[in-house]
Amino acid sequence: MFDDFFIRALVAGIGIALVAGPLGCFVVWRRLSYFGDTLSHSALLGVTMAYTFDLNIALSVFLISSVIALILIQLQKKTNLPGDALLGLLAHSSLAVGLVVIGFLTFIRFDIMGLLFGDILAVTTNDIFVVWGGGAVILIILKLIWKPLFASTVNYELAEAEGLNPDRSKAIFTILLAAVIAISIKMVGLLLITGMLIIPAAMARNMSDSPQKMVIYSVIGGLLSVILGLFSSLEFNTSSGPSIIVASLILFILSLLNIKQSIKLKN
Amino acid sequence: MNSDNNILVKLNNAGFRQNNKWLVEDVSLQVEKGKIVTLIGPNGSGKSTTAKIALGIYKNIEGSIEKNTNKIGYVPQKISIDWTLPLRVKDFMVLTENINDDQINEALLLTGVMHLKNKNLGNLSGGEFQRVLLSRAISKKPELLVLDEPVQGVDYTGEIALYALIKKISDTLNCGILLISHDLHTVMTATDHVVCLNGHVCCSGSPTDVAKNSEYKTLFGEQASQILSVYEHKHDHEHSDEGRIKKN
Repeated sequence: MFDDFFIRALVAGIGIALVAGPLGCFVVWRRLSYFGDTLSHSALLGVTMAYTFDLNIALSVFLISSVIALILIQLQKKTNLPGDALLGLLAHSSLAVGLVVIGFLTFIRFDIMGLLFGDILAVTTNDIFVVWGGGAVILIILKLIWKPLFASTVNYELAEAEGLNPDRSKAIFTILLAAVIAISIKMVGLLLITGMLIIPAAMARNMSDSPQKMVIYSVIGGLLSVILGLFSSLEFNTSSGPSIIVASLILFILSLLNIKQSIKLKN
Repeated sequence: MNSDNNILVKLNNAGFRQNNKWLVEDVSLQVEKGKIVTLIGPNGSGKSTTAKIALGIYKNIEGSIEKNTNKIGYVPQKISIDWTLPLRVKDFMVLTENINDDQINEALLLTGVMHLKNKNLGNLSGGEFQRVLLSRAISKKPELLVLDEPVQGVDYTGEIALYALIKKISDTLNCGILLISHDLHTVMTATDHVVCLNGHVCCSGSPTDVAKNSEYKTLFGEQASQILSVYEHKHDHEHSDEGRIKKN
């Protein structure tokens, strides 16, 4: 039952969940879920670049997503369009450009469904190194910027006044977000990565009264989602991304039930 | 006394413009160690803007600013905290500085909110939240405290106690305080230096000097003379809400 590919997928998935948990909390706290969507949609362009120029997929996705993030920051400064319109513009146009470019790449056989929704068969030993190596770097950097990033998430002016340089930590966090998308794209698929970030964090919010607890529950929720999702993906022959997200949705619903019960108990 | 190494922050003809409108211009002031400088002035006179210039929150300013400290505690006038964040009072206390549990307790005791330590920040009343804000700002033993209406929403007795605390902090920590307040009476009794703003510095000096100033009287009308008299006689009574005198 445990073929090699499944073990590889499981190991990579656990790595992704460990990184997505804490970052997902910040995505929820800072209201960045649409920003995450934009970055992940632009990842398709990154994948086509990787195939065209024979680059590592994670590296290429990371570069393209970072560029899109920088373009977004510039557009926000220079236009009067509201933030959500700019996000939509970049998300859909980069997705469309990516799909058009794929159309031209007739010399390569493409698994579009795998790209959009993830494919556990596609995870190689090399990918495991990318996930765990990249993930470790992401977590170390996040740990280093935690204080200023968290303080500015609570209140920007307090962080700025007391000398924590919130703009710098915000820029670094944006790059970390692009990086986590890059390492999880093969497994979760680019349409569903934001779900991997925010659903476990949303579940954790229902159960926690402190930021530390929320991060821990979010990691646990992500781990359970990956394990349950991958087993059901194997069992029912479904795409890995949707299976993981459905598993996390079920956990989220359970966390809601848990709240209702505790309220009833209190009354 | 006025030697330069005592100066914590100094504004030289500083001003800030937003959307082609001057929020405040040509402000010169300095805060020294152990001194309380108070900004007074009507709504929209640029008090908070001046504080934010001093803090470095506003960057593209006219004039210049010299800052000789990084140990700063700030109590903003308005604070919008997003309640998607689960945050207890004790988490909030260590927001910008890693202080230990004893230091947290000490600061919470000083402002009388020790019992709120494990409560969620979103469940506090306005006055309670204000006390926590002040507590957090002083807990890190700052060299410079910037307090923008620190006692808003605090009950009457609490208000007096907190102003006494602010005065005490200034003395014990030898820290400089930039205070914004509408409570002219308290201001006049606790402050070393008053700056009266109305889009620009309309007058400044010691509390008694400012109270006598004619521009100050124009700006604050009848209250100005009241404050002056309050400042010159000792209170032996309080006023009830209807304005009647209650003998102590």
